[in-house]
Amino acid sequence: MDRAVADRKSKPLASLLENYQRSPTAFDEVLSANGEPRSQYARLLPALQELGRTEWQRRRDACERLVHEQGITYNVYNDPRGTERLWQLDPVPLVISPAEWSKLEAGLIQRATLLNHILTDCYGAQDLIRSGWLSPALVFAQPDFLRPCHGIRAPGNSHLNFYAADLARSPDGRWWVTSDRTQIPTGMGYALANRLVTSRILPELFQEHHVHRLAGFFRSVQTTLTRLSPRGTENARVVLLTPGPLNETYFEQAYLARYLGYTLVEGQDLMVRDERVFLKTLSGLEPVDVILRRVDDDFCDPLELRNDSILGVPGLVEALRAGNVVVANALGSGLVQSPAFMPFLPGLCRHILGVPLQLPSVATWWCGQQDAREHVLKHLDRLVVKPAFRTQVRPPTKADELKRQIEFDPDLFVAQEDVDLSTAGVWDKHGLAARPVSLRVFLVAHEGSYRVLPGGLTRVSPDAGGQFISMQTGGSSKDTWVVSDTPVEEVSLLHESAMRVELRRTGNNLPSRLADIFFWLGRYAERADATARILRSALLRFNPERNSSAQPALRPLLKTLVAQGQLPDMEAKPELYQNTEAFEAELLAAIFDPDHPGSLRQTTEQLQRLAAVVRDRTSHDMWLVLSELHDRFARPASSLVMLAGDAVNVLTHTLLSLAAFHGLARENMTRAQAWRFIDMGLRLERTLYLATLLDSTLKLPDAENPSLLEAVLEVADSSITFRSRYNLLATVPAVFDLLMLDDKNPRSVLFQLKQLVKHFEKLPVDRNNSAGPGKVLLQKCLQRLERIDARELAGSPALWASSDAATVIRETLQDLPQISNIIAANYFAHSTLSRTGRESET
Amino acid sequence: MNYAITHRTLYEYAAPVSVSHHVARLEPRATPGQACEDFTLDILPKPARRRTRADYFGNRLCLFTIQEIHDELEVITKSRVSVNAPAPASLDNSLPWEEAARLFRDPVSPEVVTPYEFVFDSPQLRASRELADYAMESFRPGTPLLAGAADLTRRIFEDFKYDPKATTVATPLEEVWKKRRGVCQDFAHFAIACTRSLGLPARYVSGYLRTYSPPGKPRLIGADASHAWFSIFSPQVGWVDFDPTNNVQPAEEHITVAYGRDYGDVSPVAGILTGGGSHVVKVSVDVQPL
Repeated sequence: MDRAVADRKSKPLASLLENYQRSPTAFDEVLSANGEPRSQYARLLPALQELGRTEWQRRRDACERLVHEQGITYNVYNDPRGTERLWQLDPVPLVISPAEWSKLEAGLIQRATLLNHILTDCYGAQDLIRSGWLSPALVFAQPDFLRPCHGIRAPGNSHLNFYAADLARSPDGRWWVTSDRTQIPTGMGYALANRLVTSRILPELFQEHHVHRLAGFFRSVQTTLTRLSPRGTENARVVLLTPGPLNETYFEQAYLARYLGYTLVEGQDLMVRDERVFLKTLSGLEPVDVILRRVDDDFCDPLELRNDSILGVPGLVEALRAGNVVVANALGSGLVQSPAFMPFLPGLCRHILGVPLQLPSVATWWCGQQDAREHVLKHLDRLVVKPAFRTQVRPPTKADELKRQIEFDPDLFVAQEDVDLSTAGVWDKHGLAARPVSLRVFLVAHEGSYRVLPGGLTRVSPDAGGQFISMQTGGSSKDTWVVSDTPVEEVSLLHESAMRVELRRTGNNLPSRLADIFFWLGRYAERADATARILRSALLRFNPERNSSAQPALRPLLKTLVAQGQLPDMEAKPELYQNTEAFEAELLAAIFDPDHPGSLRQTTEQLQRLAAVVRDRTSHDMWLVLSELHDRFARPASSLVMLAGDAVNVLTHTLLSLAAFHGLARENMTRAQAWRFIDMGLRLERTLYLATLLDSTLKLPDAENPSLLEAVLEVADSSITFRSRYNLLATVPAVFDLLMLDDKNPRSVLFQLKQLVKHFEKLPVDRNNSAGPGKVLLQKCLQRLERIDARELAGSPALWASSDAATVIRETLQDLPQISNIIAANYFAHSTLSRTGRESET
Repeated sequence: MNYAITHRTLYEYAAPVSVSHHVARLEPRATPGQACEDFTLDILPKPARRRTRADYFGNRLCLFTIQEIHDELEVITKSRVSVNAPAPASLDNSLPWEEAARLFRDPVSPEVVTPYEFVFDSPQLRASRELADYAMESFRPGTPLLAGAADLTRRIFEDFKYDPKATTVATPLEEVWKKRRGVCQDFAHFAIACTRSLGLPARYVSGYLRTYSPPGKPRLIGADASHAWFSIFSPQVGWVDFDPTNNVQPAEEHITVAYGRDYGDVSPVAGILTGGGSHVVKVSVDVQPL
């Protein structure tokens, strides 16, 4: 290259690469040995430089905001600060050239094919063991060899439907497999999420680079899973089995379920009957054909596998054996992800496939082999010793203890060479910085072979010298661009215009467990709403100059919160209500204190938790609204010192968020089961707070005090309605008529009960006509209300406290928990599993 | 020797059970010295589904599902078994134990692949150097394999006290060892973990024991209940049983039902129930010589 041209080319990059310090030993993905950008980065670097720092900062902020808004998270185990963490994404993609990728692709397909052959043999004839190609200990000593699954036929002998591998590039530029993922190949959902964010913040670069799209791969995933169905592909029901919201990659599970169009289920949503698997829905059992599992295989069936599992489905193994359902990956596929297999792969590849292994593994010695053991014991100082199998036992750290342990039980250990990871550029404040990266790639079995996701999950070490990357310990990630010299095919899962669509007016039936979640989502949303309204009205009326007992308007409000256990009992702690500072602190604690029982903060946390469970079934906006609501409270404790005025502001915004939530539920959800359960929860909870408020008011000697009644109207959000009807000060008969008996007022008790009855009429009725008792009880409550003659009581306010109306409120309050229980018993049917068979032999 | 065996298991649940899935390993399997001539398995209430097959180790396995609401489950088996034990293996003429152990070091020859499965740690049993040290007192250098096993059996019989109150099925082996107390299952487990710690294959055997009533003779422990012992692999004669609970070499008075790596592979009846709460189980076994 002409010197002047080279100058012009490299000069603009000067500030971008100012702080790019390459390791002298590692391979660098961005720059070649002479410091020039590699060809696949030749376009990206100048473009990044051209954007300039301000624009970069803007895009980086957009990246963070998108991750936050999409709620891309992962869970960290055993962290007292809570489990959920925001996903870390660096916006600069890892770019891979077409030539390099096609080589990798071929190697990966070969490796997946080989591992699948090994699995097929181990769970079938075991010829590889008998003929000495595979050491028996590798299989028999492994907890991941699931004997009850031996002999179960996998359709098309495909045990390994999904495969992932972690790749690292050594200083000489070759890719090595550092670990095989055959149990549950996680990460493809994160790769997809990274892509959606990165392509949005760098749209022009994404277009220019002809980046291979990911959607085609996911379409193959759908085809593969559908074809596994034993009942044929027509209307095959695929579900994604999750361990639940606390699992590390729950976000990804919900995300994939939604993207692929599968029902996200937990073990308790499924049951086996007559050797078939069914999904328990509100209106009965629906057959399941294929289970995409994210539960470790040994946890999948407490009957034949780990009997302490609460995540699985009893009888699943027998249903599999009968050929009535297929699980992907097959149960037992975790066997071949043991690093102890790595030294055997070159030999097995020649033996099974008749060709050399294309993609090497990182140098690995399994101590079960004598030569390998001797090598390891001699070089303990420069090798990394790891457990050979999935086990809780960590290798001892002291060298002599480790040596003794290896000598006593050599099968349990492997040693690997330290891998020098390659480096790639991440964005820091001053431009690009070099950080170690590794690449996780994904494959799906497809038409007798495998298809590779063109891209992957690039993981970035948090520090320059890091060699071990885990999202659990602060790693970040990148999108991975496999670029093409020519424009690429645009595929999307969202437009399947070529396929004929059968029109449907109803969705899939709601799993009973989720009906429960929606019901409580409605209840907690209304609880937050009621709590915020009461506290706001209380704070607005609170006068620090006077003690609270001298402020009558506060009393029905406080009594309501006391009755719901959200404030300490006034009778028991009179001193609190004399001391205005302590009292104010108490009110603020009921809002912000995470440890205060029933605090608004606790309620919003509950809401967020419930919303996370049904994320794949609610709109993204709904998730956003509840996340923002949660964020408003989830602040460090130090910022809790607040003035009452600030708190009022927070409460008002809380109410607006909740109004947005209700609006989205009411206007944007189809009138299907999910919405119905949200609304039932809401109505029930609203009745509870309203009736408690009315009951507390009537019990006060000065119930007819107009300023007190004003507060009641305000909490019940009915002040405007009242003023439009009555041109006078609030009176007990007028207020109670409006809040109890007026069926036009959406805030009245009668209105709530009527809505509940309507819901009951629309719910599926099972064989035992079990909607019956709930409806009967509701009708009884309704009739009691309707019998009250408001006109008769209108003339004599004092009578209300001792009238039928007061009794009816109390009776309604007593019946509410029963109604809730009936709903739970009929529709949620939480079945607790128990186990037998641990009786002893003598 | 021929036996008629009745094994009755009754579960009483505290709360109704709506669906239950069970695995039963109650049918005496065929062994070189034993044939099961007749077997019936009755289940009440009647299961909606029931399937019998062999498990990974060749034990007879019955899976059944009850799909009606019930608060009691009764499982009754009746077996007729003939036992023709081969002449007891000569203890002193067996291979020195180190030579046997050498056969089970990688790489192994194809004919010992099957017993090789029983050398490794299993879900309930883990080898350790401490256990190896305990075993070594019986397996001194050059000791014939079976003589070592017989001596280990005797030492467990003498060192451990039979005490049904000391342990439950959940008690870990370390605790059994510390207390030096337990039942047949614990002693079999302990013996297996010891032998495996020396690199020798050993397996868990569940079954029944013929019982005698007085006069004169002491009643064998383990009467009228299911029993367990262990078996060690001799490259010369195959699997040889030892019963550390009674310090005997099982012959015509032990009836094998199933074997596996540890109790977890062979538990007689196990179930996962929807509902049920806590339960009480009543077991009665009758072993009648014909």
